[in-house]
Amino acid sequence: MTHPFGTEITDTEVRALFTTAHGWEARYKQLITLARQLPPLTDKHRVDANAIHGCESQAWLVAEQDAQGRWQFHCDADARIVKGLMAVVLAALSNKTSAEIAAFDMEAYFEELQLLNHLSPSRGNGLRAVVSAIKAKAES
Amino acid sequence: MIVDIRVLRRDFPTLAQIVNGHPLVYLDNAATTQKPQAVLDALNHYYRDTNANVHRASHALSGQATRAFELAREKVARFIHAPSANEIIWTRGTTEAINLVAFSLGRHFLQQGDEMLVSTSEHHANIVPWQQVAATTGAILKVIPLTDNAELDMAAAERLITPRTKLLAVGHVSNALGQVNPVVKLIAMAKAVGAVTLIDGAQAVGHFPVDVQRLGCDFYAFSGHKMFAPTGIGVLYGKTEWLEKMPPWQTGGEMIKTVNFEHTRFAAPPFKFEAGTPNIAGAIALGAAVDYLQGLDRAVLQRHEHGLLTQLLNGLAAMDDIRVIGRPQAGSVSFTMDEVHPQDLATLLDMQGIAVRTGHHCAMPLMQALKLKNGTVRASFSFYNTSDDVAALLAGINKARELL
Repeated sequence: MTHPFGTEITDTEVRALFTTAHGWEARYKQLITLARQLPPLTDKHRVDANAIHGCESQAWLVAEQDAQGRWQFHCDADARIVKGLMAVVLAALSNKTSAEIAAFDMEAYFEELQLLNHLSPSRGNGLRAVVSAIKAKAES
Repeated sequence: MIVDIRVLRRDFPTLAQIVNGHPLVYLDNAATTQKPQAVLDALNHYYRDTNANVHRASHALSGQATRAFELAREKVARFIHAPSANEIIWTRGTTEAINLVAFSLGRHFLQQGDEMLVSTSEHHANIVPWQQVAATTGAILKVIPLTDNAELDMAAAERLITPRTKLLAVGHVSNALGQVNPVVKLIAMAKAVGAVTLIDGAQAVGHFPVDVQRLGCDFYAFSGHKMFAPTGIGVLYGKTEWLEKMPPWQTGGEMIKTVNFEHTRFAAPPFKFEAGTPNIAGAIALGAAVDYLQGLDRAVLQRHEHGLLTQLLNGLAAMDDIRVIGRPQAGSVSFTMDEVHPQDLATLLDMQGIAVRTGHHCAMPLMQALKLKNGTVRASFSFYNTSDDVAALLAGINKARELL
């Protein structure tokens, strides 16, 4: 199970993509493109045990730690924009150690990408729940 | 009479906003409606000038507050044509009103083997309280199924209503699909076997006049905030003969007549069901919302809303990838777009300043029956929406499709 986020596509690349995306349409096109680059989880992983609660759409998270202590996260969602937002999160947090994950300022990152409204507690997509779940796994 | 909706909209300050860089197109009225200035003024006036508790103190402010509070009850009684203001019980909203009947009447008057009947299209608030009654009394919850057109299957209802049926609880208008249910017929069928009838009017009262005597139901429940009043106030209308028989469901405060440590005598309805300090400001403001609505020509507004509905349905029918669910008649239109998750569509509409709702609309059994795993996108109207709002929604859907 591999994907390019956290390795080929890091938060630096995502920041660059969004800096050149002018207007909301360009930013959402970018999110949809990123969603396409994140491979789907297999049915084996799209199960209740991996489900993220707090999403209007269905979303799943699988976490594993490699021999070097780096976390690899795999996400999927049945809504494209949520999946794109997850890819943005994975670019920042996947392939990182627990300490690096804890230190990452997700609010500032989303603010810079002009996507901060998606992290708000009022947003039904539960992206906040995804970020919390990732941070909780990395602390465990 | 010609009503200029653009002028009427000025009564609603919230509607004049810019959202995400676009003028707000508010199409989430089934969730809650915006409030006219008259309602905002009533709230402000109560807290600023007459704030006092009701029914207790002998001082001037309390007298003013009590008069305004009870006057609002009379206004609401006239609004739904209840025979007496004593049949109007203030609640937090529709959900609490239904729970009141479930806890008081359901748990005390139903027994093992009795049957309760709801419909597949009910909001969770008109399902779960009855499930709880079933769990505590042994009564059985039955469900009117849908036809292939997603309408209530009246032939099945006829079979399901039997002498064992003790309670019928159905929505007047479906919150998810905007369908008007044949409640008059259902109430008559239920009455013929002696069943108690409760109508969930949450999605009806804001759209067309309701006459509880003409309907003939025993109970009618609705929320203030879906008819231009504040949140946290709602109404249960109940026939006196039932309210007198039913025991209180919450106790303390206002609802007592005398208390000693051996025995408590309860006040007469409606106070028997209004324990504690009520939402005084909310009730007075609901009275103001009633005044506001009564000051408008509701038949004209209804025709205007119907025009918007037709415009939207025609616009959606011209889109090959859009499927409208059921046969919307009042308030709401639910639809899906092929291959597109409702939430993606709603997010892209939001970016264009268009507020709609997605998901199961608190009607999960309905979505399961219709095999709509991801739910729908729901656009819901009020009379202050315009033809431009509908055009913006249709254009917004086209723009979202391009991006997706």
